[in-house]
Amino acid sequence: MTRNVALFAGLAVLFILTGQFQSWNLSLSILNMGLLSAVMAMGVNMQWGYAGLFNTGIMGFSALGGVAVVLVSAKAVPAGWAAGGPGIVLALAVGAAAIGLAIVLHLRMAPGRTRSLAMLAVLIGGFFLYRALFDPAALAVESNSPENAGNIGGLGLPSLLAWPVGGALAALAAWAIGKIALGLRSDYLAIATLGIAEIIVAVLRNEDWIARGVKNLTGLPRPFPVPYEVDLQQAPAFLSWAAGWGMDPVTASSIVVKLIYAALFASVLGVVIWLSERALNSPWGRMMRAIRDNEVSAAAMGKNVTRRHLQIFILGSAVVGLAGAMMTSMEGQLTPGTYNPLRFTFLIWVMVIVGGSGNNWGSILGALLIGWLWLIVETVGPGIMGAVTAGMADGPLKAHLVDSAQHMRLLTLGVILLLVLRFSPRGLIPEK
Amino acid sequence: MMDFLNGLITFLNFVFVPGLAYGSQLALGALGVTLIYGILRFSNFAHGDTMAFGTMVTILFTWWFQSMGITLGVLPTALLALPFGIAATAAFVLATDKVIYQFYRRKKAAPTILVIVSLGVMFVTNGIVRLIIGVDDQNFADGGRFVISAGDFKTMTGLAEGLAIKSTQAITVITALLVVAFLFWFLQKTRTGKSMRAFSDNEDLALLSGINPDRVVQVTWILAAALATIAGVLYGLDKSFKPYTYYLLLLPIFASAIVGGLGSPIGAIAGGYVIAFSEVTVTYAWKKVLGYWLPENLAPDSLVQLLSTDYKFAVSFTILIIVLLFLPTGLFKGKSV
Repeated sequence: MTRNVALFAGLAVLFILTGQFQSWNLSLSILNMGLLSAVMAMGVNMQWGYAGLFNTGIMGFSALGGVAVVLVSAKAVPAGWAAGGPGIVLALAVGAAAIGLAIVLHLRMAPGRTRSLAMLAVLIGGFFLYRALFDPAALAVESNSPENAGNIGGLGLPSLLAWPVGGALAALAAWAIGKIALGLRSDYLAIATLGIAEIIVAVLRNEDWIARGVKNLTGLPRPFPVPYEVDLQQAPAFLSWAAGWGMDPVTASSIVVKLIYAALFASVLGVVIWLSERALNSPWGRMMRAIRDNEVSAAAMGKNVTRRHLQIFILGSAVVGLAGAMMTSMEGQLTPGTYNPLRFTFLIWVMVIVGGSGNNWGSILGALLIGWLWLIVETVGPGIMGAVTAGMADGPLKAHLVDSAQHMRLLTLGVILLLVLRFSPRGLIPEK
Repeated sequence: MMDFLNGLITFLNFVFVPGLAYGSQLALGALGVTLIYGILRFSNFAHGDTMAFGTMVTILFTWWFQSMGITLGVLPTALLALPFGIAATAAFVLATDKVIYQFYRRKKAAPTILVIVSLGVMFVTNGIVRLIIGVDDQNFADGGRFVISAGDFKTMTGLAEGLAIKSTQAITVITALLVVAFLFWFLQKTRTGKSMRAFSDNEDLALLSGINPDRVVQVTWILAAALATIAGVLYGLDKSFKPYTYYLLLLPIFASAIVGGLGSPIGAIAGGYVIAFSEVTVTYAWKKVLGYWLPENLAPDSLVQLLSTDYKFAVSFTILIIVLLFLPTGLFKGKSV
């Protein structure tokens, strides 16, 4: 216990030092990203730590959270919606219906050539019908003033509402993947989730009608209690308050905004921890660990292993989707180009494993620590590389080394992961 | 009749030849994955980056040879550099095995742990590649561009459509054939190959009959490194080299290995071609071919492209899903455990 408190205290010192020696703005933005990553790490920890499921598609699930923010809280584009919104919805419904019908045929008809042919006919016919309905509708939406709209727009509802929707979207995707890949050998889930994540991000990049693709959708509203810096800077009460602290209003406003975000994220994190600690210490949690530690004996005790796996896979992915939605809300924009597997999937994995898989507090510690390292290296790394190469003569080699500072963190991250797995596989805060 | 031939040539030019080359590259990649799976019993996520590492070394040697004025004439210089790339990659994977994987093998760690370990190796390899050669596209193909160019083909046959065969495509297919023939000869006929198959079928029985597991593992890594480097260099010659693309190849390669049946070498080859041809057929715009083959009044107005090339990964993914749903052991009955 004292050890864990000491670890968290050490972490706090890191953030305070960053604030003192770099800037409080930087320290707080690292803290906010750390808190978001902590929520994601909780989701991954549920899947890996409680159930031993290996999900390599975290990037896709957090991107789905971002999509939810766009669909729920972006401002409406009435012309775009009118041009093809209903058509797109109809097309998607037809596509889903075709898949549903194929599943029904598979379940109801006797196995044999007739069944295969019928399913094939339904799927191929459904695909062409879907394309026939979808293509013109999507084209119509995208050609509605492409330079500043070109999407179907959102509902214009408050951003907070989008967070649970993000969780729900991710849960839906997880259900579909889990239904197929769970119950087979464990590597298949890893490969299937890797694939679905790449596809989700490819859809976001290329389907401009959802969120303008690589043109990026900006101007998403902030979640409820968070004010805008410009408003703060004009409020007389705030100005006098900032003057009382002796801070200049611009810095003060951005620090206050970040603090409010931190409080908001910390409270979501608190709720997630509370719920999952309750779950972990309930009969359900013990059952999950029993399944993880010995599937055969758990199955012999009458537990439906595949169903429980599916359940926790959906729950964990929903938490990741929630965190993804929170992140898009905070950034105020959806930028599909920034989703890369390294930052969104593997970094979270390193956080969970370094922190201690199976332990929620470990995941949080790992998330804040690795998140801090990751972002501090971005700001400090080039400086260090500059200092290392200071004595060298200017030339291509020096330029190459300074440029490659950013790749160093890939290498460092891999080395950290391998060292922790080898020498301290239970992580900083081991499972009890 | 002419229309039919023109359509056929267009089909060969845009679908069959590129698909054959791409399929050969995937097959070689999937063979490496499947060998590691069969002998070491885990899915090696670092395979894409091993390919990138091998290709990088080969490119560096190619540049060195070119700077000394050594070339292979019409053939790409990279073929001369290839053995050095293979040697360096083999040394690299043997070192990772010694330093990293061996510990978990001795401990008989669960396959998922090994997958995560391979993820760590993937990071490190990827980091090394980016540190040394950077993240940008590198084009290192030299020598003759075409075996037959479209123009020559047209004058030769008098058809309206040309069939171009790039020399890199021809080299890819020929190399793949040679490599696969060698691999099967090795696995079927040599003592080491036989002991590898025995080890893959039943580890305990193989150990009991006096097979040295360390040697089997070493040979497997060397073969996997050679296959990865050859696949990577052929892919790089045919298209171009970019570290991130090689990471993305992981999905089609795994799909190929699983479609064929993880652990089955024949399956890996079949799977590679299944994935490659599906990808090319589904993302190709069929307008031109159908324009030749269908009667005038039926000729399509649209591009007749089933899926945009941006979604080519969706093809491997969909095939993977279908196989997982209906045939989890793959076409050639791989291991399902």
